[in-house]
Amino acid sequence: MQLTYGEYGGRFVPETLIPALDELEAGWHEARDDPAYHEELEQLGRTYAGRPTPLTLVERFAPGKRLYLKREDLLHTGAHKLNNALGQALLAVRLGKQRIVAETGAGQHGVAAATVCARFGLDCVVYMGSEDMRRQRPNLERMALLGAEVRPVEFGTRTLKEATSEAIRDWITNVEDTHYLIGSCVGPAPYPEIVGALQAVIGREARAQIFEAEGRLPEVALACVGGGSNAIGLFSGFVDDLDVRLVGVEAGGAASLGSGRPAVLHGSRSSVLADEDGQVLDAESISAGLDYPGVGPEHAFLRDSGRAQYVGTSDEEALAAFRRLTRTEGILPALEPAHALARVAELDEELVLVCLSGRGDKDLAEVVDR
Amino acid sequence: MSGQRQATGPIPSPHPPGEIDGSGEMRAEVTRHRDESVPVRPAALAVYLMCGPETPALAEAAVEGGANLVELGFPFSDPLADGPVIRRAAERALSQGMRTAACLECLAETRARLPQTPLVPMTYASLLEAHGWERFADDAQAAGATSLIVADLPAGERPGLRRVQLVAPTSTDERIRLAAQETDGWLYLVTLTGTTGARDALSPALAGLVDRARATTGLPLYAGFGISTPEHARAAAALADGIVVGSRAVEVAEDGPAALAEYVRSLRDALDAA
Repeated sequence: MQLTYGEYGGRFVPETLIPALDELEAGWHEARDDPAYHEELEQLGRTYAGRPTPLTLVERFAPGKRLYLKREDLLHTGAHKLNNALGQALLAVRLGKQRIVAETGAGQHGVAAATVCARFGLDCVVYMGSEDMRRQRPNLERMALLGAEVRPVEFGTRTLKEATSEAIRDWITNVEDTHYLIGSCVGPAPYPEIVGALQAVIGREARAQIFEAEGRLPEVALACVGGGSNAIGLFSGFVDDLDVRLVGVEAGGAASLGSGRPAVLHGSRSSVLADEDGQVLDAESISAGLDYPGVGPEHAFLRDSGRAQYVGTSDEEALAAFRRLTRTEGILPALEPAHALARVAELDEELVLVCLSGRGDKDLAEVVDR
Repeated sequence: MSGQRQATGPIPSPHPPGEIDGSGEMRAEVTRHRDESVPVRPAALAVYLMCGPETPALAEAAVEGGANLVELGFPFSDPLADGPVIRRAAERALSQGMRTAACLECLAETRARLPQTPLVPMTYASLLEAHGWERFADDAQAAGATSLIVADLPAGERPGLRRVQLVAPTSTDERIRLAAQETDGWLYLVTLTGTTGARDALSPALAGLVDRARATTGLPLYAGFGISTPEHARAAAALADGIVVGSRAVEVAEDGPAALAEYVRSLRDALDAA
């Protein structure tokens, strides 16, 4: 097996998809090497999405530290997911695909996919677990308004894992005219590479911004990790700066890296919450975006190589950080990056960077209920 | 593994997928020197069953009804190639405790009842990854498997793992050639772009895929996915050398061995009349 990231990655998919992945890889390499693609993406980022996003110093939230938040919550649609959705939509148009299929957990990627489909005139089908539809209703309504068809997934965990499987099955069935707009740095090659490259803008901007503000790089950079796309985007800006510690924060009940084992899920080999027979286990998290038993293969590689560390945050700690950021800074974070914020106080380092990957409007019902 | 028996003697399939030779090696038996432009007669009938407590008896019934080969599903929690029927069957099997060890025992019991029928476990890569790739192949063979199918391990990956390869309507000629080189005895033609499950009619994509595969290989071609009725079986056998029936067989198997034998007989009759 030709694996992409050390012993992780690869293409564990039915034969039907192999030619489509070959086509996608060729199209991606062409786009990646084409200045016109980057110019268009840069212009869309600037004039449509709101890039660059600011860096905010939050001294009341973290007294005694210099904590900067990379404000992806201020991106159009309210999360970093749009970086990837815009780049893949441009790619889909280049590949001549008229139909987009996507999965969503918290609904942020579903909204981003529905948004770019509205913008580019593409048909959009989003698979979402019925449990997530219940707890992320505002995003469900946004997707419908944007013209996407949201298909409930009513079996298994009724969350992101099953939604991803159903999206892949749809792609297998409609592969001729459909692009699968995967939402995280997971899936068969070349998806982890594509999503990582499209999210790298987070780390690129943040590195320049914090250097401008402080005259040095952060001592530590943190991001929440579900599938891991905002984290891989942030980390990519600093991975070669060996003095910058990289920390990924998982939900305690969905710690694919903290307590997983090598297994194959959704087309790639990675660290997965699985039993000794390779059966994938259910993740448990208050945060629909982190409620996923797998993780991007590059994270498994970064963990094994020691370049990044991965820690866990409980539901209660995330809720406390959510409330604290809201009360001390007037910033309402999504529950996902609240997991990263919860770990800041205990850090030894003073100069800290956290990716605030999305805003928390979608989580109000979940938070108010507690 | 206790109670297992090795397959012995000739396998009465029209085109066996492989057999265990004197050295214990899995070896492809390739049909050669025949007119490759016309399908082999009588057409082979492969029946898929999900591993479970009743499966050995069901497999026996399928062979009584005229099946030449039995695929035994080792369930996986996230089966990407499968439609609702087999996905639900996998969920049920897992809730009954059909993990890898139990599936190997099911295979061994089936082998004990059917000493001469090719038995082919069909599963997903995660089970092999967890069990150990070579160990899985060794344990399956020791329990009576004559080959393997791994639905999410495409041709070109782990060529050392002897298994039946799948090709699809989307496969390029180059990939069909690679799959034919690597496959174990016969080539599994996925008739449609989609997941497993019954369809109203035989896929129109099969004819083109058969033509392209015949241009590449003299191996027997078995068509599967979406084949559920005697009419489908007859139409598929006009093109291919065998058929694979999965989802509908899994559904009928819920009504017990007698119902399954009767259903398989209806397919067998259609194939023999083709």
